[in-house]
Amino acid sequence: MERDFDFEIVMGLEVHAELHTKSKIFCGCTTEFGGEQNTHVCPVCLGLPGVLPVLNRQVVDYAMKAGLALNCEIAEFSKFDRKNYFYPDLPKAYQISQYDLPIAKDGYIEIEAGGKKKRIGITRVHMEEDAGKLVHAGAANLAGADYSLADYNRTGVPLIEIVSEPDIRSIEEAIAYLEQMKAILEYTEVSDCKMEQGSLRCDANVSLRPWGQKEFGTKAELKNMNSFKALQRALEYEIERQAEILREGGKIVQETRMWDEAKGMTISLRSKEEAHDYRYFPDPDLVPIVISREWVDKVRQTLPELPQARRLRLVQSYGLPQYDADIIVGSKAMADYFDAACSAYGIAVAAGTEADSKGKERAKQISNYMMGELTRFLNATEKGFQDSPISLDNLVGLLRLLEEGTISTKIAKTVFEEMFATGKAAKTVVEEKGLVQISDEGAIAAVIREILAANPSVVADYKAGKEKAMGFLVGQAMKATKGKANPGLVNKLLKEELAKM
Amino acid sequence: MKLYTKTAHELHDLLVRKEVSAIELVKTQAERMQALESKIRAFVTPTVDKALEQAARVDAKIAAGEAIGPLEGIPMAIKDNMCTDGVRTTCSSKILNKFVPPYDATVVTKLKEAGAVMMGKTNLDEFAMGSSTENSGFFATRNPWDTERVPGGSSGGSAASVAAGQAVFSLGSDTGGSIRQPAAFCGVVGLKPTYGAVSRFGLIAFASSLDQIGPFTRDVRDCAHVMNAIAGHDAKDSTSAPVDYPDYTSLLGKSIKGWRVGLPKEYFGDGMDPEVKEVIEKAVKTIESLGAEVAECSLPHTEYALPVYYLIAPAEASSNLARYDGVRYGYRSESADDLITMFKKTRAEGFGDEVKRRIMLGTYALSSGYYDAYYLKALKVRTLIKNDFDQAFEKFDCILSPTTPSVAFKFGDRTDNPLQMYLSDVFTLSVNLAGIPGLSINAGFAQGMPVGLQIIGKPFDEARLLQIAHAYEEATGCHSKMPDLGV
Ligand SMILES: [Zn+2]
Repeated sequence: MERDFDFEIVMGLEVHAELHTKSKIFCGCTTEFGGEQNTHVCPVCLGLPGVLPVLNRQVVDYAMKAGLALNCEIAEFSKFDRKNYFYPDLPKAYQISQYDLPIAKDGYIEIEAGGKKKRIGITRVHMEEDAGKLVHAGAANLAGADYSLADYNRTGVPLIEIVSEPDIRSIEEAIAYLEQMKAILEYTEVSDCKMEQGSLRCDANVSLRPWGQKEFGTKAELKNMNSFKALQRALEYEIERQAEILREGGKIVQETRMWDEAKGMTISLRSKEEAHDYRYFPDPDLVPIVISREWVDKVRQTLPELPQARRLRLVQSYGLPQYDADIIVGSKAMADYFDAACSAYGIAVAAGTEADSKGKERAKQISNYMMGELTRFLNATEKGFQDSPISLDNLVGLLRLLEEGTISTKIAKTVFEEMFATGKAAKTVVEEKGLVQISDEGAIAAVIREILAANPSVVADYKAGKEKAMGFLVGQAMKATKGKANPGLVNKLLKEELAKM
Repeated sequence: MKLYTKTAHELHDLLVRKEVSAIELVKTQAERMQALESKIRAFVTPTVDKALEQAARVDAKIAAGEAIGPLEGIPMAIKDNMCTDGVRTTCSSKILNKFVPPYDATVVTKLKEAGAVMMGKTNLDEFAMGSSTENSGFFATRNPWDTERVPGGSSGGSAASVAAGQAVFSLGSDTGGSIRQPAAFCGVVGLKPTYGAVSRFGLIAFASSLDQIGPFTRDVRDCAHVMNAIAGHDAKDSTSAPVDYPDYTSLLGKSIKGWRVGLPKEYFGDGMDPEVKEVIEKAVKTIESLGAEVAECSLPHTEYALPVYYLIAPAEASSNLARYDGVRYGYRSESADDLITMFKKTRAEGFGDEVKRRIMLGTYALSSGYYDAYYLKALKVRTLIKNDFDQAFEKFDCILSPTTPSVAFKFGDRTDNPLQMYLSDVFTLSVNLAGIPGLSINAGFAQGMPVGLQIIGKPFDEARLLQIAHAYEEATGCHSKMPDLGV
C-alpha cells in the first residue's frame, strides 16, 4: 500500500495446508476428499473411549520437507501437545497439535510485490490433526439451524500450520506471500493445495499504526479465508474498518473476526476477554519425536527444484521473458508441462547452460501456446495442465508444422481446437481437414490474377495510393483459398502482380 | 473338590487330565458368582453365556487331543474400564452407561487368544478414580474378608472377584495403586507392570502417563502366566515398549540368596498402622531368612509423591474425560436448549463427585497462568522421584514396603474426607510416577484382614519380582487362605 494511506499496515499470515498423505495422521483411515458422511472414520479418529493415536511417519516427512523448503531449522526434538476445547466437531474435545516444540521454525520465503523483492519470515511450521465439520440444516451456521449433523470424515486429516512473522505490509504482499506459499507447497508435493476443497486455508493478523511508529497497533485475527479473492476482500474490508475507527479517534479491540463471504464483511467471533484457554500440555499418548540429522538429510534429498530457482532457470536457459516465466512457474503442473514440452521439442538444456537462438525461439513458441490457447481451453473445460488433452508430442507436432510453414498461424488455431477436442495429432487433423497451407507460388499467382481481373476499381484505388485497397485484395485471396494460402506469399505475389499493372 | 479355591495352573492340570471340563469349570464358577453376588457385588456386567460358548470350544479342543495353553478354559474377569467388543463397557459411570465398544482392548484380544474365558466385567470407582470402589456410579463392591469393609480401589471388583473365588484371575488397572491397594485389602496377588510393558490400547484412560494394566491372581505362578499372555509390544500403543519380553515363569523356584533388598526409611515412619508394621517386619525377616541381605535405603522425595500425583493425574484426566460431552455416545442431558448448556448439563448429571473434583483440579492446574506453577513443576519433581529410584536400584535388587498403611477400612470411613482417602495410596503412587513395576502379595494378617507386602523393582524386572514373591509364598503359604463366605 502506498504512503498516502494514513496508516502503515502490519500483517502476519497463518496458512493451514492439508498434507497429501494417503492415510490420516494417527490412524489408517483414508484422507480422500468427500465420500459419504462418516465413512472415512474408525474408533481411533473418532476418539472413542480407550483408543490411542499412532503417528503416521509420512506426516513427519512431509512437514519436515515443507519446513526445509521454507528455509526453516528442523527441530532435533519435537513433540505433540493437546489443545483442549469443546466443540461437537472435535471428537476428543482436544486437538492434537504442537505447542512449544514445533517441527520447524525460523525460516523465510522470498516474495515479489509491486516490482520489489522482499523476504517474509516464517516463525514456525507445526503439525496437527484436522477437526470434523458440522452440517447445519436450515441455516448457514449453528445459530438458526433447525439441527446440525456432524461429519467426521476430515477428523484426523494431517495439517501443517505455517505462521509468518508480522512482516507483511500490504494486501499485494499478502497475496504474493500466499501465492508463493502455495507454489512451494505444490512443488514439494506435500499438499495438493486445493483451496476449493479446503486443503489450503488462511488466517491473518491485521493491525494498523501511524507511519513511523515502532510499536504494533492492536490486532484483529481474521479467520476462514479459503480463496485469494476472499483474502483480498477480507483484508480490504478489515483495513478500512480499522482505519475508520482510528481516524475517528477510536480504539481497535483485540478480537477474532470471521470473514463472511456472503455479506462481504468481517464479523466478530470472540473478544480477547472470552478468548479460549486451551490448556496445552504434552500428549501423554504419544512419545516425543527425535529427529536425527540423517533423517533430515534424507528428506532434504527429496526436495525438488523450488519455484524461484525454476523461474530463474526458465529465464536464463530458455531466454523466456520474466512475465512468461512468472506465469508458467506459478503452477507446478504448468511448469512441468513446459519443461517436458521443451524436452519433447529437443531443446532441453541442463541447468546453468543456455539454449541456442533456435531453441529459445521454440521455447517462446511453447510458452505462447501454453499461456494463450492452451490455458484458455483448459480453463473453459476446468482442466489442469497435468490432464491436458493435448499431449506433449502433439503440441510439438503442431509447432513443427508451423515452423515448416505447412500451416499458417490462423490455421493452427483451428487445428489446435480440433486437437484439444479429439486428442488427435496435428498432422492427422491437418490431413483429415485438408488444411495444408498453399505455398505453391503458381497456384497463388493464378488466384491473384483472377481477383485483380474481377476488381478493377480496387486496383485503381491502389494505384491512386490507397493502402487500404491492398488489405481488401489480400482478404479476397485468403477467402478464395479458404485461408490456406501462405499469407506471406500472397502479399509478395500481390505486390509483384500489381507492380506489373 | 472345591474348584473355586484352585489356581489357574492347578485347574490347567485338571483340564489336561480331563478330571474337569471347561464347561464344568465355567458352570461352577458361575454358580459361585451368583451365590455371592448379593454379598460382594463385584460384577457390573456378567457374561456367563459367552463364557459357556468359549468353554465349549476349549472342550472340543481337548476332546480332539489338541494341547491347550496354561490359561485356556480358565474363567477370568475384566475390570470394566477395558473395552470388550460387543459387551458394554461403562467405567462404572452413568455417563458411559450404555457404551458398547466395537473393539477389544489389546489385553482382551490377547487373553481371548490365550483361551481364557471371560465371566464378566467388574466394578470400579468411576473412571478408576478412588481407593475403595465406593465411588462407583452404580453400587459399592464389598471386601470378601469382611463385607463391612471396602475391597479397595479402584479395581475393587476385580480384586474381590478373585478373593471370593468368583473368577480365577482378573485384570485391573493401576494409576496410583489401583491394583496393588485392592490386592492388599483382598489378600491376593496384584501386579502393576512397568509402564509400557502392557498395551493400554482399549483401556479407557484416566491418566495416560500413569495408567497400566495388570493381573490379580491367587498365587504368584498364575501372575506369571497372565503376564506371559498380556505383556508385549503393541503397534496400536505408541507408548508400548519394543523390548524383549521374558518368560515370566522362568525364574520361579530359583533361590534369592544374595539378593540386596532395600527398605526405604521414608516408608516406615509415622502414619502406619502398628499391626500392619508388625506383619511387614515379620515378612522382611522371612525374606532375610531366605538368604537376602536387607538394608535401609532412602527415597528422599517421597513426601512430594502425593501432591505431584494429585496434579499430574487430574490434569491428564481433565483432558481424557473431556470427550464425554453427550455429542456422540453415552449419556446426554435431556434438558438443554443450546450446545454449551448441553455440554454442561450432560457432564454435571453424568459424572459423580470424585470425577468432578479431579476434573476441576486438573483443569485448574493446566490453566494459563497456573501451568508453570503447578503442572510443569510437578513434572520436574516427578523426574526427581524417578531419580530416587534409579539411585536406589544402583545398590538394591528390589525395594520392600507395605502396600498400604492400614488394612481395609470400613465403608463410609473416609468418604467424607477425600484427603484421608488419598493417603491410602501413599506407598503405591511413587511407583506409577517412576513408571517402574510394583507387586503386592499377601504378607499375613492383622485384625483378621490381609496385609499387603509391596515389592518394587527396576523397569522390566517383573520376572525377578515374581521370583522373590514366589519364594516368600513358598515359605509362608499365606496365599492359600481364602475368606469364609459361608457358601
Ligand atoms: Zn480413523
